[in-house]
Parts: sequence; structure tokens; C-alpha cells
Amino acid sequence: MSAHATTKPTDVKTLWGGGTSPFGISYGKMMMWFFLMSDAFTFSGLLTAYGFMRHKYHDVWPVAGDVFTHFPFYNGHIELAYVAFMTFILIASSVTMVLAVEAGHRMDKKGVTIWMFLTIIGGAIFVGSQAWEWYHFIHGTEHGAVRTFIKDGAWVTEVFHGANLKVNEYGHPLFADFFFFITGFHGFHVFSGVVINIIIFIGVINGTYHKRGHYEMVEKTGLYWHFVDLVWVFVFTFFYLL
Amino acid sequence: MERDDIYEYSLDTHHNEEEGKKVRKKIYQVLGILSAVTIFEVGMGMQFSRVESMQEILKYSFIFLTLVKAGYIVMVFMHLGDERKNLRWVILAPYLVLIGYLIFICLTEAVYAGENRAWDAVVEAFKAVTGSGAAHH
Repeated sequence: MSAHATTKPTDVKTLWGGGTSPFGISYGKMMMWFFLMSDAFTFSGLLTAYGFMRHKYHDVWPVAGDVFTHFPFYNGHIELAYVAFMTFILIASSVTMVLAVEAGHRMDKKGVTIWMFLTIIGGAIFVGSQAWEWYHFIHGTEHGAVRTFIKDGAWVTEVFHGANLKVNEYGHPLFADFFFFITGFHGFHVFSGVVINIIIFIGVINGTYHKRGHYEMVEKTGLYWHFVDLVWVFVFTFFYLL
Repeated sequence: MERDDIYEYSLDTHHNEEEGKKVRKKIYQVLGILSAVTIFEVGMGMQFSRVESMQEILKYSFIFLTLVKAGYIVMVFMHLGDERKNLRWVILAPYLVLIGYLIFICLTEAVYAGENRAWDAVVEAFKAVTGSGAAHH
């Protein structure tokens, strides 16, 4: 894979003399990298804002281990087990994606088809899991929390359950806001990734890339897909673990 | 390709079955590392997330392990480690500058954010009503 880096001439005059890409990659791949870089800037901004607000309200900030305790088909509470499962699913789908890219480098159409298919399945499971996690966060616990507010000039006290953009039974409302915004933004990336993967998958089945002589389209979508995994690694740490 | 003056860079990454085996072995190795680190992190989180004396160590080891995972994903899965050195720096350098800037802003402005709390009254009311249930630290 690193063959081109060593076999191509690398002296400055040849590199920047025109006629070849100084970086040794195609236009499309380079633009994908630039797009991912700008996307990474956005996510860093979001996570920094999250850290800032968490620092500001650290005494009423919920511990993620107390919030995300549900596990499918199990009535008890296991901290973070499901989100660890989600993380593993996304890492696994990243691996199947890189295996699809590797198969593409050998012009192995069958290999690309199988690994791309598994990648799409993994992505779909992740999006579904995120929806499930949102459902439990929005519905909250049975006992809920109490809130007091002024209504028609008098103090009213009521029990409420779960979280939305205005209230959050587990702690500060900003936790819910950031949760919905950051995991929502990431989840939308995963969703678009699955859609893009499906489009490329159809192209693979139709033999479009085989006729072209290379599977670089798979590699480019692969870059996007790995980026989604990369962002999740950070969201997982800063939202759930810390 | 009809035009012979266009170089097809994507062909550079092609390899044969034997090289493919090596690449696949590396991929499975990285899968092992990423899984092991994630399991270790979750285990640490379950065990020590409420132990006050462990908080600092936990925080920095989580951030360090996350950077390790990110490094493997970017360098191996995204093949940035296999690209030319100039491309690697074109992508990493602006990002490192931004991260440095964000850390600087966090460290300098956090003091202000901690002292000027317009929401203090709301937070106090919330704490008074919900008791210790909501506040954990």
C-alpha cells in the first residue's frame, strides 16, 4: 500500500514542477480529506463547548453512568454496557470497511461486495441503537424528578420524566441539549454514511468500479466512514466515560 | 484512460494477494488493539467513576487512550500513515494548531466561566428541590 510513496520520485523539482500531484493522490481523495478536516473542526468546537459548560455547572452535571443504564431484554441496570456495545459495532463496521478497501486494491469484486454489505449492516445497527438510546433518555426513569417554576404568578411544583431541550431529570438541562445536538449531529453523519455506502454498494454490484479499473470510490467513502468512527471515539470518551 | 498525460493515482494503491495478506493481518491487529482499549476503558469507568481519588488519573488516562485509538484509526484505517509526508502534514498541522488554540481558550476563559454564573439562582433552586439525587460530585 505504501509502494507509491517510495517508487515515485520525491525531489522537490519533480514534485512541484507540474504535471503530477505533489501529494501523490487524486483530486477526489484530497478533497475528501479537506472536507473531513473541516468537519473535524466543527466537532472539536462542539466538544469544547460541551467541556466548557460542563466545567461551569460541574456540581449539577449528571454522571453518564447514572443516565445510560439500559440494556435490551434486560430489566436491571448495567452502566455503559449498551454504549460500549455501540462503540464496538462502529469499530467493527470500520474494520469491515477497511477490508472492503483492501479487497478493492486486489480488484476482488466479491470481497468488496461482502465487506461493504457488512459495513452497511453495522451502520444500520448503530443508527438504530442511537434511536433506542434517545428513546430511553427522552422517556427517563419511573420516579422522575421534581421541578418548580412560576405559572400565572404562583410557584408550581410538578414531577416530570426524562429529558428534552428544556428540562432534564438527571441534572442540568444543558447536558440534554448537548447530548441531543452532538449525538444527533454524529448520528446524522452515520445516517448519511449509510446512505452513501448503499449508493456505492449498488455501484460495486453493477461493476461500475470494476470496469473503471480501480475501486477508489470505495476508498473515498471509506475515509468518510472511518471519520464517523473517529468522531464517535471522542464522543464516547467525553460524553460517556469522563 | 484515453488521455495519457493524466496519471491515475488510484492505481498506485493496488497490490497482489500476498501483500493483501499482510495488510489484512495488520487490520485485524488494530481491531484487537481498539477492542482491548475500549473494554479496558469501560471497565475502568465502571470500577472507578465514583472513586474521588481516582478522578484525575481516570480523566487523563481516558484522554490518552482516546488519542491512541484515534491515532490507529487515522494512520491505519484511513491510510494516512501510508501517504506521503507532505500530505500528512497538510492535514495534521492545521488541526494541531486549532487544538492548541482551543486548549488555550479553555484554560484562560474557564476561570471567567466559573465565576460568572448567571444561572446560579436556577441551579440553587434545582438543587434545593431535587435534593442530592441530581448532584453527584
